[in-house]
Amino acid sequence: MAGASATAVPSPVDAGAQAAPSLWVAARRRFLRSATGMLGATLLVLFGLMAIFAGQVSPYDPIHQDFRIEREAPSATHLMGTDEFGRDVFSRVVWGARVSLQAGGVAASIALVAGLFLGMTAAYYRGRTDGLVMRSMDVLLSFPYLLLAIGIVAILGRGLLTAMIAIGIVYIPNYARVVRGAVLSVGARDFVEAARAVGARDRRVMWQHVLPNVLAPIIVQATLNIGTAIIDTAGLSFLGLGTQPPTPDWGNMLSAGRSYIIDSPWIATFPGLAILATVLAFNLVGDALRDALDPRLL
Amino acid sequence: MRGYILRRIAYVLPVLLGVVTVVFLALRLIPGDPAIALAGEKASAEQIEQMREALGLNRPLPVQYVEFIGRLASGDLGRSIRTGGDIRQELIENFAPTIELSIAALLIALAVGLPAGILAALRRRTPIEYGTMIGSLVGISMPVFWIGLMLIYWLGARAAWFPLSGTASAGLDIPARTHFYTIDGLLTGDFAVFGDVLWHLVLPAITLSTITMAIVSRMARSSMLEVLGSDYLVTARAKGLSARTVVLRHALKNALIPVVTVIGLQLGALLSGAVLTETVFGRVGVGRYVLNAITARDYPVVQATVIVVALFVVVISLVVDLVYAILDPRIRYA
Repeated sequence: MAGASATAVPSPVDAGAQAAPSLWVAARRRFLRSATGMLGATLLVLFGLMAIFAGQVSPYDPIHQDFRIEREAPSATHLMGTDEFGRDVFSRVVWGARVSLQAGGVAASIALVAGLFLGMTAAYYRGRTDGLVMRSMDVLLSFPYLLLAIGIVAILGRGLLTAMIAIGIVYIPNYARVVRGAVLSVGARDFVEAARAVGARDRRVMWQHVLPNVLAPIIVQATLNIGTAIIDTAGLSFLGLGTQPPTPDWGNMLSAGRSYIIDSPWIATFPGLAILATVLAFNLVGDALRDALDPRLL
Repeated sequence: MRGYILRRIAYVLPVLLGVVTVVFLALRLIPGDPAIALAGEKASAEQIEQMREALGLNRPLPVQYVEFIGRLASGDLGRSIRTGGDIRQELIENFAPTIELSIAALLIALAVGLPAGILAALRRRTPIEYGTMIGSLVGISMPVFWIGLMLIYWLGARAAWFPLSGTASAGLDIPARTHFYTIDGLLTGDFAVFGDVLWHLVLPAITLSTITMAIVSRMARSSMLEVLGSDYLVTARAKGLSARTVVLRHALKNALIPVVTVIGLQLGALLSGAVLTETVFGRVGVGRYVLNAITARDYPVVQATVIVVALFVVVISLVVDLVYAILDPRIRYA
C-alpha cells in the first residue's frame, strides 16, 4: 500500500519534471498533435522518396524523345500526358522533384550558413561590427530579390548551380536578421555570462552555448525558406537562367509548357501542381514547427 | 516629426550608396579581365573593347567609381550595347509599364485581401476564417508564373473573357506620353483604347496580386484580432456602442495601420513577380528589357536596371515609412 501511494503521489521533483518537459520534447509532442503539420510532413516524405527513387518511380526515361507521341493528352499509358518532344510528363515531374528539392535545399543552406555566421557575429560583437553587417544586409534587402538574382546570374552565367547560389545570396539577410535577433535575446542571459566568466573563448561561447538556444527560430525560418527557394529557383529556370534543357526541372518544364498552354495545358499544369504541393507542404510544416517551438505556447 | 524624417533619410543615404557600390563592384571584381568574362569567351577583340569602353573598365578602379557615381548623380545611365540607345530613356519606357502592373496588382490585393482578413477576424472559427486562411496559405505557395499560365488557359482560352497575352491589341496606336499605358489611353480621350489596355491588364494584375493578397489578408486578420482584444475596445463595448460602431469607427482604423507597412515590404516582391508575370503574358516591361539585355550580354543595361529599380524600392519604402509615422504617432516618438 505504501508502495502504491508512493507511485500515486509523485515527489515535487518528479512533478516538476513531468510538468516541464524539455523544449524539444514538448515541441515534438505539439508537432505530432498538429494535423496540418503531419499532413505537410507526410507530403514531404512522399516527395523526398519520389526524388530519391526517381529511377524506380518514373515509368519512362525523362529525356527520351519520341515524336510519334508528342503532346498526347493524359491517358493510362502516360498519366500526365507527353510534352512537345514526346517525353513522358509524369517521369519528368518525378525527376524534376530531385532537381527542385535539391535546388531549394542547397539555396536555403547557402543562405542559412552565411546568415547564421553574419547574424551571430553581428549580435555577439555588437557595436561597429553589428552596424556594418546589418547595414550590408539592408543593402541586399533593397534589391527586389529576383532582379538581384538575375544580376548575379548575369555575372556568373546561367545554370542550376548559379541559380542556387544567386537565390542563396538573396536570402542571407532574412537569416542574418532572425539569428541576430535571437542571439541578442539569449546573449544577455546568465548562462552566457557564466560561460564567459569561466574563461570560455568567444567562439566556444557562440557555438556551444548561444547557438543551441537560438535553433528554434532558425529551424522555422529554414523550413519556410526551402519552399520559397524552390519557387524562386524554378522562377529563374522559367526565365531560362537556371536549369538548362533537357534536364527536367519544374521551372523549365513550365517555361516549355507556356508555348503549348492553349492546346496542351497538361505540359504546364502538372509541374506547377508539383511546385504548389511541395511548397504548401513546407509551409504547413514550417507553420506547425513555429507553433510547436514557440515557448510562449508551451 | 521633422526629426524622425531626418533620421530616416540619414539612415537611407548609406543604404543608397551601398546599393550603388554593390552593383559597381559586382561587375568589376570578377576574377581575371571582367571585359572578357562579360563579353564571353567567343567575343572578338572589338566586342571586348566595346564592353570595356561601355563599362569604363579601362581606368583605375577608384577613378571608375568616382565617374560612376558622378554619372549616376547627373542621371546619365550610359548607352545600351545592344540597341545603342540612351539607357535612361529606354528604362523610362520599360519601367513605367512594370510600375503600372505592380500598382494594379497591389490595388486588387488590397481590395480582396483586406476585407477577407477583417471578416476572418470578425467571424472566428467559421468557414469564412478557415477559407481565408487556407486561401492565403495556398496563395503564398503558388508560383506566379504558373498562376498566370492557368489564368491564360481557363479565363483566356477556354472562357475567352480576356486576351491571351500582350499589353494592347495588335495595331492599336497608343501615343507614348507617360508610358503608363492606362494613363496614355485616357490622355488620348479615346475610351476604346483605354478599355483595351485595361482589358489586357486584368489577368496579369490578378496573377501578380495573389501572393500580396495572401499576405495582406493574413496581416489584416492578425492585426484586427490584436485590436479587437485591446482595452479601449472593451471600454467602447462597455459604453454600450453597437458592434458595428465598435468595428467600423474604433477597431478598423487602428487595425489597418500595420497593413501600410506591408505595402512597403511587398514592393520588392511585387516588382520581382512583375518580371515573371511580364514574361508569362509577353508584356512590355522591365522584365523583358533586362532578360533581353542578359541574352545580348548588354551589361550596362543590366547594371542600370538593377540600380534604378533598387533605388526606387529604397525611396518608396522610405515614403511608406514616413506615411506610417504620420498615421501612427507611436512610431515617430519611439
